[in-house]
Amino acid sequence: MTKPLKGERPKGLGLTRRQLLSRSVAAGASFVVGAGFVASGTAAWAMETTAIKPESMATLIQMARDIYPHDQVADEFYAIAVKGYDSAENAEQVEAGITELNAAATAAGHADYLSIGWEEDRVAVLKAIEGGVFFQTIRAGLVTGLYNQKALWPIFGYEGESFSLGGYIERGFDDINWL
Amino acid sequence: MVAKFDLTDDSVVVIIGTGAGGGVLANELAQKGVKVVALEAGGRYLPEDYINDEWESFSQLAWLDARTTSGSWRVAKDFGGLPAWIVKAVGGTTTHWAGASLRFQDHEWKALTTYGAVEGASLLDWPIDAAEMAPWYEKAEDKLGVTRTGNRPGLPGNNNYKVFEKGALALGYKEVSTGRMAIESSNENSSRIACQQTGFCFQGCKWGAKWSAAYTDIPEGEATGNLEVRERSHVAKILHNDEGKVTGVEYFDAEGNLQFQAARIVCLAGNTFESPRLLLNSASSMFPNGLANSSDQVGRNYMRHTTGSVYGIFDKPVKMWRGTTMAGIVQDEARHDPSRGFVGGYELETLALGLPFMAAFLNPGAWGRGFTTALDHYENMAGMWIVGEDMPQSTNRVTLSDATDQYGLKVANVHFDDHPNDVAMRNHAYKQGMAIYDAVGATRSFPTPPYPSTHNLGTNRMSERPEDGVCNKWGQTHDIANLFISDGSQFTTGAAENPTLTIVALAIRQADHIAREMAAGTI
Repeated sequence: MTKPLKGERPKGLGLTRRQLLSRSVAAGASFVVGAGFVASGTAAWAMETTAIKPESMATLIQMARDIYPHDQVADEFYAIAVKGYDSAENAEQVEAGITELNAAATAAGHADYLSIGWEEDRVAVLKAIEGGVFFQTIRAGLVTGLYNQKALWPIFGYEGESFSLGGYIERGFDDINWL
Repeated sequence: MVAKFDLTDDSVVVIIGTGAGGGVLANELAQKGVKVVALEAGGRYLPEDYINDEWESFSQLAWLDARTTSGSWRVAKDFGGLPAWIVKAVGGTTTHWAGASLRFQDHEWKALTTYGAVEGASLLDWPIDAAEMAPWYEKAEDKLGVTRTGNRPGLPGNNNYKVFEKGALALGYKEVSTGRMAIESSNENSSRIACQQTGFCFQGCKWGAKWSAAYTDIPEGEATGNLEVRERSHVAKILHNDEGKVTGVEYFDAEGNLQFQAARIVCLAGNTFESPRLLLNSASSMFPNGLANSSDQVGRNYMRHTTGSVYGIFDKPVKMWRGTTMAGIVQDEARHDPSRGFVGGYELETLALGLPFMAAFLNPGAWGRGFTTALDHYENMAGMWIVGEDMPQSTNRVTLSDATDQYGLKVANVHFDDHPNDVAMRNHAYKQGMAIYDAVGATRSFPTPPYPSTHNLGTNRMSERPEDGVCNKWGQTHDIANLFISDGSQFTTGAAENPTLTIVALAIRQADHIAREMAAGTI
């Protein structure tokens, strides 16, 4: 389900597809996790984890997508956005947050967050914890962690820096043609 | 040759802050032969330093020192430590401003007389009027090179403007144009290059096409040999003698060492939070409530303009980020017409944010598909900003917080509640703004809440009577003859117009007054 983006692979991708699949188990519908890594279901990308459990990282990535769902944006971008939580400094709080999230999922009758098939059901679980510090920290972090990735901008049509190209004076600042 | 004055030289005028008020005042005084030391808390950044990247630029230029907030305004919830989006750098917020340069309408100088008393508002008339200000506005427009004034042509409209213009004309609006902007529209008769429609006006103009004190007034003043700008110098306290005259300022220099600069006159231009904060932090046994505060008006009547944004989504691309950030204006609603359900008026001005800031400001705190499906159509989005006159209220105020900054100085707490007039105006503006986009076939439009304030006004206001405000019609404080207010905090009321041109006009006028009084030996 996840296509690799040419030239935009996240750092930390160090496993071959075969290595990956031989060492992994499914985590939810989108991810596979193994010892110390989480990867997309198609093994298009993988990320090693050092401080938090790979299942927790998979949960974070899914949570990130459910908070700011863009169907045209690949999982890599969400993975990069939450990668920083895999640190010794953050591990305890992140694991506690994931436990809180899974508890909310269980309370809603699911096995855990990642096993919920429909986005709207996962959103209902997020709603239950959205007032808490964990949710708000993850959400606030995504505002820059996700949307400030330059590689993501073209997906939204945003062109970024323009000074080096001479601005738009001769490159379509007034080229609207449908009014 | 850049001047260098001695710390003990008590013949200098010390100006605190180098933005639209302080930067212009510094140059104007220097041109008249007055010796000036300008103390600027931020560093010096020039066009080659500016960054076409919203967050990187924000880290480079924004005032990020601690502040706290209170009140029911949404900024306190969404951006509690960032009540204002203003700049800490030589040139101040003139690096960041979009360039809109509008004169007050004549009646706006007399808000109390025109609108009558408004319950809960502390309205006053300015002690000056349109006739008094007209020649100073003309000088300010010439200095800034304002389009559509003098013989300067208007700027061409970008895509965002074209959408806005078509919708506005369809609604029957008449006063629709690319506005009066302090952005060069032609390469003739100017030292500045014409606008290259690059966007990123908020991040500092890398062409120098937009007027900013950082690369105009400041170097011009320095070239006279009468102006010394000390950057990364954070003023902690204004000192005074037993006669109640100010004698100079204590400041932390770039190395963090506390220095004392003597002064004949001190002019305060640190913007509307820092200026009252400094007066309050300068309390003494003689002035226990802070300097120039016998009226208890220091910090009160904080105004931020009634703002908000409207974005429209269309079924085809707009690419609003291309070209000038503020590319056009509708002025029909700027009139005073109480039949709309509020006093005063508002301007509608196009505005564009890049994707990163759109994500941060579109609906702060929102998540899920209601939010993301709007961003999905970023390329097809058009945007505008509301600028309306808000009501001064004595309870909207800057006070000293218990929190302290990196120097151990108490920081400003900014309290703000909307007045019912502000709410009625904003809702009217939201409705009209959305109607503009609907008239061009928007498939979705939405009202976006106010951003951290960029227009910060009123906390040391000008008043005829000393008990109503902090300074007189020259910006001279009622209590202390050699202490002046030189920034937007002297605004008695905010009017509907972006404030920079008026701040600049007042600074030119104040320089004239100070130089004259110094020559006469009265200050």
